[in-house]
Amino acid sequence: MTDESLEKSMMKSELIERISRKQTHLAYKDVELAVKSLLARMSNSLSTGERIEIRGFGSFSLHFRPPRSGRNPKTGDSVSLPGKYVPHFKPGKELRERVIDSLKKG
Amino acid sequence: MALTKADLAESLYEELGLNKREAKELVELFFEEVRAALGDANHVKLSGFGNFILRDKTERPGRNPKTGEEIPISARRVVTFRPGQKLKQRVEAYAGSEQQ
Repeated sequence: MTDESLEKSMMKSELIERISRKQTHLAYKDVELAVKSLLARMSNSLSTGERIEIRGFGSFSLHFRPPRSGRNPKTGDSVSLPGKYVPHFKPGKELRERVIDSLKKG
Repeated sequence: MALTKADLAESLYEELGLNKREAKELVELFFEEVRAALGDANHVKLSGFGNFILRDKTERPGRNPKTGEEIPISARRVVTFRPGQKLKQRVEAYAGSEQQ
């Protein structure tokens, strides 16, 4: 990624500010609580093995990584690593298209 | 069952006492603002949850699987999600018997 524009990031605080500006009935503090609550609810859902499906945005699910043997980098001893679940995100159609369009716009 | 926008709105209503219309609007705005930022070439970093990272892919040769005809896959930008430490650890601890 050499494109300068891709060095930009939006952090949580800026997301909260942008949402605050787009609506009038909730104070910044309430939007902040709401965003934190949404992220907590989504984390809880994945942590109990429940998928998340947001139309137009994408879906989150868990992928299973089977057990494997690895090595302790310090001692070289082989250790067996148990299987585990990792979160996976699949962007939805609208998000994919908007992101591809951003490349065309430069 | 999967968690949907309706469930998220319901939980804002129950947990924070937003009225149903406000809750629904907030959920819509949340995803719309993340999508807008990504569509405007910004990575989105939500600490504790994860980062939505944009990656640019160069054009590469591809093939129509049906006809075997060669067609280039055009340069594109894709979104990937990197879960944060906290989320990864919580999910790892999940010992569900059913594979998703």
